[in-house]
Amino acid sequence: MEPTITTDRTQLKGWGIDADPKNDPTYPMRHRTDQDHAGYSWERPTQQPIDIEVLHSNERPNVSAVFGTASPPSGLSGVIRRFAFKYSENSYLHWLPLILADRVNVVEGVLDDLVHGHVPNIFVEKGYKAQWKYDRTSLILKLATVALVAGGAVALLTGKKTPKSKHIRSAR
Amino acid sequence: MLAMNFRGPKRVRASQMPMPEIKHPEDAIVRVTRSCICGSDLHLYNGNVPDTRVGTTFGHEFTGIVEEIGSEVTKLKVGDHVLVPFNIACGRCVFCKQGMFGNCHESNPQATAVGGIFGYSHTAGGYHGGQAEYARVPYANVGPTVIPPGMDPDDAVLLTDVVPTGYQAAEMAGIQPGDTVVVFGAGPVGIMAARCAWLFGAGRVIVIDHIEYRLEFVRNYAKCEAYNFRELEDPVLFIKKTTDWIGADVCIDAVGAEAAGNAMQTITGRKLLLQAGSATAVHWAINAVRKGGVVSIVGVYGPTDNLIPIGNVLNKGLTIRANQASVKRLLPRLIEHVQNGVIDPKALITHRFPLEEVADGYRIFSAKLDNCIKPVLIPPSAGM
Repeated sequence: MEPTITTDRTQLKGWGIDADPKNDPTYPMRHRTDQDHAGYSWERPTQQPIDIEVLHSNERPNVSAVFGTASPPSGLSGVIRRFAFKYSENSYLHWLPLILADRVNVVEGVLDDLVHGHVPNIFVEKGYKAQWKYDRTSLILKLATVALVAGGAVALLTGKKTPKSKHIRSAR
Repeated sequence: MLAMNFRGPKRVRASQMPMPEIKHPEDAIVRVTRSCICGSDLHLYNGNVPDTRVGTTFGHEFTGIVEEIGSEVTKLKVGDHVLVPFNIACGRCVFCKQGMFGNCHESNPQATAVGGIFGYSHTAGGYHGGQAEYARVPYANVGPTVIPPGMDPDDAVLLTDVVPTGYQAAEMAGIQPGDTVVVFGAGPVGIMAARCAWLFGAGRVIVIDHIEYRLEFVRNYAKCEAYNFRELEDPVLFIKKTTDWIGADVCIDAVGAEAAGNAMQTITGRKLLLQAGSATAVHWAINAVRKGGVVSIVGVYGPTDNLIPIGNVLNKGLTIRANQASVKRLLPRLIEHVQNGVIDPKALITHRFPLEEVADGYRIFSAKLDNCIKPVLIPPSAGM
């Protein structure tokens, strides 16, 4: 449904009778101009050539005059991002897929590293060198917890298999 | 060129990246001389901001020497040493014309709720940031400002975000002479907000945090009271008691999405990402301010939803004011303050890392190791 727009507000009974421009809670963040209510009317800057894929919010009619060119959408994460941009910034279907795409993109990043012959040095990338220097105890605790959880998971998985197979054998 | 390279939550490295190019006639390319890690970079680092893509370079607080300019750049010349506001602003859209340079409508195609910001995910325009040897700076006639002769580059780099954001937090709060101002968060922005609250005539300034070395720092730097909320039964109750059971006139949230202090907020906001960060600080601010008071928010949150006591905002008749700092609008006044010794930004800098050690810098700042307040990255080609 199209919004109802009152074209001449001055005809509304009582319009503006209590207006007090000095009572402006947005001051000093905003200096009012005579173009305040002119909408999308300014003289736009030169458009940056759109020579990469730019996903733009559907809450605006166009790509902004300038934009960043870091990491255009690609791969599976790109597919998810394109889906997300079908929905407005008001929708969870915009933001939640973008978070999912970010996580998928991390895996793509590791694969891309490996394809290019680079094995990521996780210890260095996570800054553990610095943590080893300044906060060794919590780093050791963290690594021990990870090892314990991983070891527990492996034990749980391998431990389940043995009795199951015995049971099958005995049933036969 | 060498640049910070985001690989995933809590994983970054310095690696060789392509040199930036002029993409628009109003672009400039600068050789970065200083680049900070900001508290809000930690939201990206921790994976809390949607559309943070692998391979992006962070960094929205930097200074640099102009190496190349586009055909329509008239206000800068090659060789100028500039400080680069974190907002990318066209200077001619309806918002820029109103002085809202943090809300430009011609710098971010991906989202309408926020203007373009250097190195701050595709939700803020998809720009590479300044944690690199070189950076592309759009709208070079508008944002970048030549560093005044004699100004220390360490002061200049903090004028790109920390100082204006702290100052605007106090400005938005509409502080009246004698007001009691409570600042939640003793990070660099909270420290600066506490310092600037005095400039607006505050009668009493109280800072709340839980990191003891930061509380000690802000007590000395901003000459204010500072309390550890871990040692208080309830920070809101404490503020009520200490303001004669009325509440503070003004509360400032200088923390944002990474706030500690409330298990439910931490689990839902930081661990499970069921809300756009932990809203503990803004929650406390709403509850600790007096009826009819002002809550000023400069802490950064994600774009979805947060759990805050909106009913109390109504019942108490509060005014909430919030924005990304309009750096360009504030710069003339703040440069004056730095030159006159009213504000001493560089005192906040506690750590310097070569860009090659960016991963260690993030870890130390994020985990608050080695009494870190503000880390600065120095690229190998900085030359100073």
